Amino acid sequence: MSEERKLRILIAKPGLDGHDRGARVIARAFRDAGFEVIYTGCHQTPEQIVNTAIQEDVDLIGLSILSGAHRYSFPRVMELLKENNAEDIAVIGGGIFPLEDIPKLKAIGIKEIFEPGAKLEDIVNWVRTHIKPRKAMVA
Amino acid sequence: MGKGMFSESQLERMEREYQDWLGEYQKALQRLPERLERFSTVSDMEVKSLYTPLDIKEKDYFEDLGFPGQYPFTRGVQPTMYRARLWTMRMFAGLGTAEDTNKRFHYLIEHGETGLSTAFDFPTLMGYDTDAPVARGECGKCGVAIDTIDDMRRLFAGINLEEVTTSMTINPPASVIWAMYIANAENEGYDRKKLGGTIQNDCLKEFIAQKTLMLPPEPSLRLVVDTVEFGTYEVPRWNTISISGYHIREAGATAVQELAFTIYDGITYVEECIKRGLKVDDFAGRLSFFWNSHIDFFEEIAKMRAARRMWARIMKERFKAQKPRSMLCRFHTQTAGCSLTAQEPYNNIIRTTTEALAAVLGGTQSLHTNSLDEVYMIPSEEAVRIALRTQQILADETGVANVIDPLAGSYFVEALTDKMEEEAMAYIRKLDELGGMVAAIEKDYPQMEIADAAYQFQQQVERGEKIIIGVNKFPSERPELEFVLRIDDELENFQIERTRQFKEKRDKVKLQKAMDELRRRCEGPPCWENNVMPALIDAVRAGATEQECCDLYREVFGTYTDPGTF
Repeated sequence: MSEERKLRILIAKPGLDGHDRGARVIARAFRDAGFEVIYTGCHQTPEQIVNTAIQEDVDLIGLSILSGAHRYSFPRVMELLKENNAEDIAVIGGGIFPLEDIPKLKAIGIKEIFEPGAKLEDIVNWVRTHIKPRKAMVA
Repeated sequence: MGKGMFSESQLERMEREYQDWLGEYQKALQRLPERLERFSTVSDMEVKSLYTPLDIKEKDYFEDLGFPGQYPFTRGVQPTMYRARLWTMRMFAGLGTAEDTNKRFHYLIEHGETGLSTAFDFPTLMGYDTDAPVARGECGKCGVAIDTIDDMRRLFAGINLEEVTTSMTINPPASVIWAMYIANAENEGYDRKKLGGTIQNDCLKEFIAQKTLMLPPEPSLRLVVDTVEFGTYEVPRWNTISISGYHIREAGATAVQELAFTIYDGITYVEECIKRGLKVDDFAGRLSFFWNSHIDFFEEIAKMRAARRMWARIMKERFKAQKPRSMLCRFHTQTAGCSLTAQEPYNNIIRTTTEALAAVLGGTQSLHTNSLDEVYMIPSEEAVRIALRTQQILADETGVANVIDPLAGSYFVEALTDKMEEEAMAYIRKLDELGGMVAAIEKDYPQMEIADAAYQFQQQVERGEKIIIGVNKFPSERPELEFVLRIDDELENFQIERTRQFKEKRDKVKLQKAMDELRRRCEGPPCWENNVMPALIDAVRAGATEQECCDLYREVFGTYTDPGTF
């Protein structure tokens, strides 16, 4: 029996927004929690994000956004994952969202939305509880 | 008698009596201990229980403070400060289309705002038109969408551009947007020599913090120098760079890092302009600064006072400036967006008021106060009015603007001002050692210093060492505010169609000729004959869109993408 591999997480910033403080802080928190973290940097298109996620074989994508462009980019990421048969990569979001958008984002398959004030510890624990390495299932 | 504001005998007595007092303090703590293990500013700078003349015994009034309007300008850049003219109340505004933002400008002016400040949407900030594939979903969301000179005309309709000064937060495409502003103003009959305002145009802090990235550092600096050079000769009332600490701080920097990295960015711009052949006293007077006013009241006041003294000394000693005007750290301030909370948003009014008060006591030249709902979105009219009224109440009711630099001589404020300068100067020496700011950016140095500080702060919040009311103390749920502004997703199609129609009507030959000249200048060596500004003004007047000009830049100069380190 092979040992469970470390969780691989892609932190991604879709759109043109450069507010990366949250993305970089959560990337470090995930790394400190023992996960393998890849960070895209700012200004990624949904296409780039999904390509990176597949190439890097991640278990989870964390989308970070502050601009309000989530209404386009989040559904587009979900669509592209489906098109590429990569729906088993889980997606979570962090940032500022109008309250009315949150149920809509969950309805398209975003597993959780973390809002301002969310504790790093709580986010890490949520990931530990809800996300399992995909490889373990495939292998 | 050596230097200093106190006599030897006064200081000797002070030393004795301070030690006695300290003994009493320790005794009292045995009955009731201090409520924290360690007292520190929001930037984690440790502060003592009490400050006395002993903490500023080395200070010399004339060398270190001086009078307002006199070197080293610690007490203010003008002799009269707010006794003669209040700071400019300049609210950062931009939403939806040019017409929507124009309406907001008029609303703010009607309610007593005294200067304009333009927020552009992300595609405009990044040098893309609304129809660019990468711009999908962004139009008008975080600012106003400006694709063409026609949009610029709509943006400033009904505003006297020789009377009102306009600040524009635009960086890599600053030259293009400024060209649109100048061309539009001239089309409307204004004289470019009388136009007053500011373009942010601070490309270095984009690499460090704000991440509006377009070109590599070297050509970015070339374009900055082109604008400074053009302003010096052609638009003499314009502030051609607003050297900005704001975004550095919002990205998580400490007050000292904000101060040091920003001042060093300023040093770099001055060096680059001198390399071009400009004389320091011809352009330095039009450099301005932009500080964040965060929640730690005294730290911010000390930072602003230290900034004035540092810049004056650097301009005089490092660059041999002669004119006092060249030594002035004139600055705009914005209260700290990152200090606001989504939880219990009305508390943000109190945070903003405190931060605005610090900016006023720190001697700011202009001020933006954040709105209570700015934590969610671009502010609603109702919220922005409260934010503007906050400044007006401070100015007209509280009496804080009646006396110049009223905190000078406070043992604590003076000691903290010194500490800010001392620690920031250590960073400046470090940046010199690294070979300057461009080299430091390439080494990821300022970026990682800020990331470390941001992560450390977040951990302090999680451990309860730094308190945020409504978040980690008295935690509360985020409510839905009734007056949060919504930007219609349909605006995007409207703006795309409008720009398409505009493009159809252009004189293709004239446009091509202007673009060819712009390309020739970009490809040539940097000098006055190849300054991009005259060619840009012709190009945008001939109908070149923002993205067409920026695409040309990208072709000639190459692009820069975020390395994505953390």
